[in-house]
Amino acid sequence: MTTAPAKAGWRFRQPSVIPGFGLTLGFSLAYLTLIILIPLSGLIWRSAALGWADFWAIATDRRTINALEISFGTAFIAAAVNVVFGTIVAWVLVRYNFPGRRIVDAMVDLPFALPTAVAGIALTTLYAPNGWVGSLLAPLGIKVAYTPLGIVIALIFIGLPFVVRTVQPIMEEIDKEVEEAAATLGANRFQIISRVLFPGLAPAIVTGFALAFARGVGEYGSVIFIAGNLPYRSEIAPLLIVIRLEEYNYAAATAIAAIMLGLSFVMLLVINLVQSWSRKRYG
Amino acid sequence: MEVRVANVRKEFDRFPALRDVSLDIKSGELIALLGPSGSGKTTLLRLIAGLERPTRGKIFFGEEDASHKSIQERNVGFVFQHYALFRHMTVADNIGFGLKVRHGPTRPSAQEIRRRASELLDLVQLSGLEKRYPAQLSGGQRQRVALARAMAIEPRVLLLDEPFGALDAQVRRELRRWLRDIHDATGHTTVFVTHDQEEALELADRVVVMSQGRIEQVGTADEIYDTPNSPFVYGFIGESSSVPVKVEDGQVWIADRPIGLSAPQAPEGQATLFFRPHDVELVDGCSGCIAGTVAASRRVAGTRRVELEIGGDRQRVEIELPVDHPAAQKSRVAFRPRRWKLFPAA
Repeated sequence: MTTAPAKAGWRFRQPSVIPGFGLTLGFSLAYLTLIILIPLSGLIWRSAALGWADFWAIATDRRTINALEISFGTAFIAAAVNVVFGTIVAWVLVRYNFPGRRIVDAMVDLPFALPTAVAGIALTTLYAPNGWVGSLLAPLGIKVAYTPLGIVIALIFIGLPFVVRTVQPIMEEIDKEVEEAAATLGANRFQIISRVLFPGLAPAIVTGFALAFARGVGEYGSVIFIAGNLPYRSEIAPLLIVIRLEEYNYAAATAIAAIMLGLSFVMLLVINLVQSWSRKRYG
Repeated sequence: MEVRVANVRKEFDRFPALRDVSLDIKSGELIALLGPSGSGKTTLLRLIAGLERPTRGKIFFGEEDASHKSIQERNVGFVFQHYALFRHMTVADNIGFGLKVRHGPTRPSAQEIRRRASELLDLVQLSGLEKRYPAQLSGGQRQRVALARAMAIEPRVLLLDEPFGALDAQVRRELRRWLRDIHDATGHTTVFVTHDQEEALELADRVVVMSQGRIEQVGTADEIYDTPNSPFVYGFIGESSSVPVKVEDGQVWIADRPIGLSAPQAPEGQATLFFRPHDVELVDGCSGCIAGTVAASRRVAGTRRVELEIGGDRQRVEIELPVDHPAAQKSRVAFRPRRWKLFPAA
């Protein structure tokens, strides 16, 4: 400290004991460029070739807007449902010891491993009006398969492990003494959960939500089987892109894709900001 | 608040952690539970708090049987070794937590809670840190916040589980004195667990020495140190040396020589002699003394510890001599314990 004169102003690189900063940063940038940036800029490039007026026409097309609404809306609802039940599942897995706990724990990962089309077909068979579950719901006037509700169910299935697997490790780290401290101070169980445990888990829950949501927006395989794919009603944006591609309408396909990209980016950015804010607060 | 522990037994999976423990804690007393790990001291503390339920026996707060009251109802302040502060709350919110979770008319106004919190922060000498988060405090400061948080609910008794165990020696000594001052100022009945005998003897009005789930002895620091009532306490508290001896005709013998200690009250037969290494007088000739050859000699701070081999079977005992004492240079030393105690051989 005494030998090197302190340089004023912002410095690009903080000195570190670990060598290889230049090499690893260079590698990371090259890799990210190759894998993510080039394909995405290609997407923007293609849709830009469309011209502003055409782009706007596609973007404001009723069918496009409905498809986007359905994609983002169902993904949001599914992620919200997963946050609630995924947290409960994680809680049960962390807090209780019961026979078969390891099996349940392993089962949580199945939606990761299963080909999504298989999941979609299985769910459709179950929820179709003549399926096991669908036939029970049909007399109550609830239609699941071939409606947005079916999409939500498929996305819940797909997104569950994201919430469980992000919340679980943080939950395992909760110090039992903190709960005991709250109890000795007079807090009842509900107050311990809402005032002591939940705030500590919130950042992990937000991350789980973001992952499940992002996955839901992009999900294709499982949804197309159960959705029924009625234009304006149960057609998701990724499917609309595929339809446009099959029509050789590459410009329209890339335009919808670019819109999805923009929306997703903004939402994930907001979620990240919320997270860094809460990290800073709760250390 | 007086606390009475009556014939309490606690088992974990059939393994007894406490066997038939009874203890009276006087109101306003500062009492230490001292023992090696596994002695049951923390279990006893947690039973008083209600964090564990006794397998048998009862715990009274004053006249009232608290054994089956929930933790929340007992109104005790508990301080954990690793602080257990709420990470996502500021220091002030941590301290006010116990008041905020109250219901109905017993809950003070937000303003009153803030006032209490800053009052307690003054008491624990952390004024001005209200807005900090626990992660921004040092270990010693965190433990002070934990104590302030426990005191905020006006607890009937204050329980501290190895409160200074995670802190370094310097901070420990400082907090020890500080805890004594706080206790004298507030007068809470306080029970703390420690495995550090220096801490227990210096800080507590009375010390409870525990071993293997039992209370060995309860008494003031002087009583515990000067009149230990069992071989365990003699060995556990302070330095001690022991030699197997024989009692015959009211005299203490090592092998076939009397060592000049008369024990008219002691039962005849095999016994163990305990004494403090520093509490011995050196003698010259040896008619009635313990004599041995010097086997090793170590300098420890202000004294020199000399290990002697005595008797035919070369039993080793340790005595302490002033650093410059000429006896340390000799090959043979004879001494007689000034204060000592006999326990019948087990």
